[in-house]
Parts: sequence; C-alpha cells; structure tokens
Amino acid sequence: MFSITKRRLLAAATFTAASLAVPATFAQDSGDGEKTKVGFVYVGPVGDFGWTYAHDQGRKCMAENLGDKVETTFVENVAEGPDAERVIRQLAQDGADIVFTTSFGFGNPTLKVAKQFPDVKFEHATGFQAGPDNMALYNSKFYQGRAVLGTIAGEMSESGTAGYIASFPIPEVVMGINAFQLAAQKVNPDFKTQVVWVNSWYDPAKEADAANALLSQGADVITQHTDSPAPLQAAEKAGAIAFGQASDMESFAPNAHMTAIIDEWCPYYTKRVQAVIDGTWEPHNVWLGMEEGEVVMAPFNDKMPQEVKDAAQKVYDETKAGNYEIFTGPIKDQSGEVRVPEGETMTEEELLKMDWYVEGVQS
Amino acid sequence: MNIDLTVAILMTVAGAATPLLIAALGELVVEKAGVLNLGVEGMMLIGAVTGFAVAYSTGVPTLGAIAALFAGALVSLVFAVLTLSLMANQVATGLALTIFGTGVSALIGAPFVGITTSTLGPLVAFDNPILRLIFGHSPLVYFAIALTVVVWWFLKHSRGGLILRAVGESDDAAHAIGYPVLKIRYLAVLFGGAMAGLAGCYYSLVLTPMWAERLTAGRGWIAIALVVFASWKPGRVLIGAYLFGLVITMELQAKAAGFNMFAPEFLAALPYIATIAVLAVISFARKGGANAPACLGKPFRATA
Repeated sequence: MFSITKRRLLAAATFTAASLAVPATFAQDSGDGEKTKVGFVYVGPVGDFGWTYAHDQGRKCMAENLGDKVETTFVENVAEGPDAERVIRQLAQDGADIVFTTSFGFGNPTLKVAKQFPDVKFEHATGFQAGPDNMALYNSKFYQGRAVLGTIAGEMSESGTAGYIASFPIPEVVMGINAFQLAAQKVNPDFKTQVVWVNSWYDPAKEADAANALLSQGADVITQHTDSPAPLQAAEKAGAIAFGQASDMESFAPNAHMTAIIDEWCPYYTKRVQAVIDGTWEPHNVWLGMEEGEVVMAPFNDKMPQEVKDAAQKVYDETKAGNYEIFTGPIKDQSGEVRVPEGETMTEEELLKMDWYVEGVQS
Repeated sequence: MNIDLTVAILMTVAGAATPLLIAALGELVVEKAGVLNLGVEGMMLIGAVTGFAVAYSTGVPTLGAIAALFAGALVSLVFAVLTLSLMANQVATGLALTIFGTGVSALIGAPFVGITTSTLGPLVAFDNPILRLIFGHSPLVYFAIALTVVVWWFLKHSRGGLILRAVGESDDAAHAIGYPVLKIRYLAVLFGGAMAGLAGCYYSLVLTPMWAERLTAGRGWIAIALVVFASWKPGRVLIGAYLFGLVITMELQAKAAGFNMFAPEFLAALPYIATIAVLAVISFARKGGANAPACLGKPFRATA
C-alpha cells in the first residue's frame, strides 16, 4: 500500500474528456520482491458510497486478509471506453499480476489488453464477453436483492407505483427492474414500476431531480440503480420509502431507508488473489449471489411493519437456501405475451442477455 | 396539470438553475476582465466540501455558505498568482485547478462521506402552493437572481464596471491611462472564485445535503459554456440557466410520466441542445453576437 493522498491529488478529475486518468504505479519491490500485485479499475470515485465504494471496501478487506503477500492499487473515475484501455494497459505494464475491472463498460478494453498481456490475469465484473484464458468474468446476483426490495415495495406502497431511477438499459439493469417488479407484483397484482433513465451511474443532482419527478407523479416508493444516496434524501423529504444501493445508506434517510442491497466482494477478491499467489488461478465465469454471501441485505428499518419484515426475510432466507428464483414462469412481457412459460426458470445465459421488460414496467 | 405538480416542477427548475447561474455570473465577471478561468468545476467542488464540512461541524448552514465563499476565493487566488503574476498559461492553469480541486475536495471530504447535515433550505415553509412557489425557495435562489441584476448594473452602469470592461477589452490602453490592470484582474478572479464556491455549496447544502466525491458532476463546465453562449451578458446567463433547468426537469418529468416517444439518450441531450440553440438564436437575432472580451485569455505584461 502506498500514499492515497498523493495519488488522489494526481489522479482525480478524470471525468472530462480533456482530463486523463493517471494510473498509479506500483511501488518498487523492496528486497523480497515476491508480493503479488493487484490492480483495480473503478468507474466512479471511491467515496461515492455506492458501487465503487463497495468494491474498494472489498479491496481493503482482501489486502487485510492477505497481509504482506499482496500489494494493491486502484485507479478511480475511469471513463468507460478508450480511456479505460489505456489505464488497464498501464497497470499491466507496471507489473500487476492480476487486474480487476469493475464496470460493465470495461469489457472490451479488458478483452483487448488481456490478449496483449497473456501473463497477467484479468477479471471483469458484470460483463458477458468470453475472453482469452487469462481473463475471467465475475458477477453478483443483485437481482436477488431486488426481489426482496420489490416484496417490501409491494407490501408498503399505497399508490401501487414505484419510481425506479435507472442508469443505462443494459441487461444488468434490466433484470434488476424486472426482478423488482415481479416480486412487487406477487404481493400486489396491479403494481407498476415507472422507470426514469438518467444516463449516468453517478450524478447526485440529476438523481435527486429524477426522484422528485417520480414522487411528484405519484410514486411513493423510490428505488435506484445509480450510485449516490441523493434519491434517498429526496424520498425522505417527501415522506416516501426508498432503498440503499450497494451499501447501507441509512444515515442519509433514517425514515425512508427500508433496507439496502449490500455488495460483499471481499470473500471473492480474497479467494481469487489467493489463487494467484498459489498458482491455482483458472479463468471462469461465475455468478454468485445470496447463497455464497456475496449479496446481503442491510438491517430492516424499525418502521417496517412486522408482517412486511417477515415477508422480506422469507424471500431472503429462501433465496439463500436456493429455493427461491424470481425469474420463474409464468412471466409476461410488457405487451402481455408469455415469455417464460409456467414452471420454467430463465437460465443464467438468458438473464445476462435480458432486453425486455416484464408486465407492469413502464419505461 | 394540477397546481401541486406544476409548482413542484417549477421549484425543481429553480433548484437546477441556481448553482449554474451563480457560478456562470462569477465566471462572466472574470472573463469580462479578460481572464479565462476554466477551474470553475474545481472551485465549486472545494466550495461544496468546505460548505458541508463547516455546516456539519458548526450546525449552522449559513456559516457553511460563507466558508464556501471564502474557500472558492482562496483557491482562485492560487490561479490568480500563477496566471496574473507569474503569467502562466490560463487554459492549462484552469484545467489544473479543476483537477486540483477535485482531488483536494476528495481529500478534505473523506471524513464526511456517509453523513448528512441540516440544509440551507427555505426560511419559512408554506402549505399554499403559490406562496411556496414565490417564497419557499432556499435563500440562494433569490440571491442568484439579485446577483444577476447587480452584475448587470455593475458592468453596464457603474464606473467600476466600465474600468473592468476596459481592462478586458484593451489591457494596454487601460494601463496607459493609469488603471491598475493586474489589481482589477485579481479582484475579478477572486469574485469568480467566491461565486463558484458558493454555487458548489448549493449542491452540498441545499440540493443533496451530503458530501460525495465529484458531487457537482461536471456542472462547472456547463456554467462556463453558459457564459459563452450567453455572449457575456448577465440577462442571457439568467435565461440560459433557467432554460437549462427547465428542459432538464421536463425531460425527467416526461420520463416519469411514461412518455417514451423518444430514446432516453435523445431526451438526455435535449437540455444542452435547447440551451445552445436558444442562446445562439438570441445572439444572431440581436446585435452583439460575438461579444468576447478582446483580451480574453491573454497574459498582461506592463509595457512602461
């Protein structure tokens, strides 16, 4: 580990086209020279208190678990696209043994660099493109958490309408919207989910405005697939309910915050870096969820009625036990056509390519 | 459309427009004096984090806003020393200031991530929607509108404004008749920095009362663009800022109402397109389209 201070001063402000992400270089090996070097590429700032924050918590926890054996570094605020390729290549050139790229849009750049550096291991989060055999894919089944949120929303909403602040229409986001709506529909068959796209993973002001727009149009539940706590604050002000994203955001909205989906990356990062150290690392494409402890829920708000807590807990417990799968038919799409027949469950492959919305989603 | 919804929309418009307006007016005065400071985003972030830190520590949001004002001015002083006294390139220094501000704000803000504070909200709460629309905003909303008038009056009708414009249009001539060019530019830059700092704390104390890295998410650049498209006129900056706020709000309202005739990407681009188009039309329709101060961005070296 090395000075975060200096790197932040140098490497911040990479969100404009004009600015450049400056990848931190690894410190020169001091004597032993046997440390495994681990690089992380983040799409947002580590202080976003959401997605990137959760990954960075995982990185710190992994570094703590493995102690002297590893040296970690990260580059934050890396734009998805060509800039990412440069950052990833720089990390590989600087001697990283393994690089984790933690956003959907880093897929192509990771693939390209992985081909150029066959000796370096690459792991891309939330992607779907298979790469060469030094590239692995990993993902979390966040949609399992969204089914818990949907259950709470269905139970607690009086207007029967939830507002969903979404970033980009990629499968990851689409399946989250669908899981939320399907779970809410099980409780309230007339439930509707109104989606607003803000075309950004992180823009607090716009996320707040989107939440206000949804609230003024009759939604009394706010949920989000963007990374800042701003929508929660808007919900708190309006007396609606909302859910935290990627980390426990209760402090921002003590009354509105019902629970949060928490991304727990530490066990995975520890396991994979340990495999690199042991020389047993193999490429794979894994999708871990509540069963493996990668997706957990924040404590339920005390304001939640007991029966709602019980219903939500039941979904969580059954998912954890492997007995609950939200994407089980019959599932109708927006036009009312049955897409998944009764008794069938969507495969992981189908989910990762999901580009249609279930009945009741308005987008 | 019911009245509550209309009022809610208009309140959001004012919220989106105010920080842009304050920052853009500050930058307008800077540019009128012949200095191009591209560090608005960085100064806004410093203002946002300082405002939040002080408001949280003291429990008084007004003190936070005042601290943000001074913090913005302090950072702009660095810019002023580098570009005015040491004659560094203004574009490069401005960009560096943004990078610096982003990093420093993240550093200062690290202990404040994940908490919230009391806000600089409306002084009185109203149940009546009309009264709320007129009197129910944050004090900064009224400040921004008053600032527009003051800046307009200062530049157009005061002696100080005339001297400031002279310095921006022809620094050598202003120097020759004995005006202290550098001193005036220093003051303009400090004013711009103070306004950027204040605009920044609007995000951390009013709109989304929290601190998170990169909280302003690029609004500083929009403020700079507004100055150009408003052809350096305060009234047009006001129109531009509110127009931008209006379209951005309508875009989100349209999506929330389930209006999906256009791709979301198009709707997201609309505020920018609309603002540029309207201000361009105003500029062409009236005299004085290309109105850039003649000495904008040029370093000044006293000849004699």
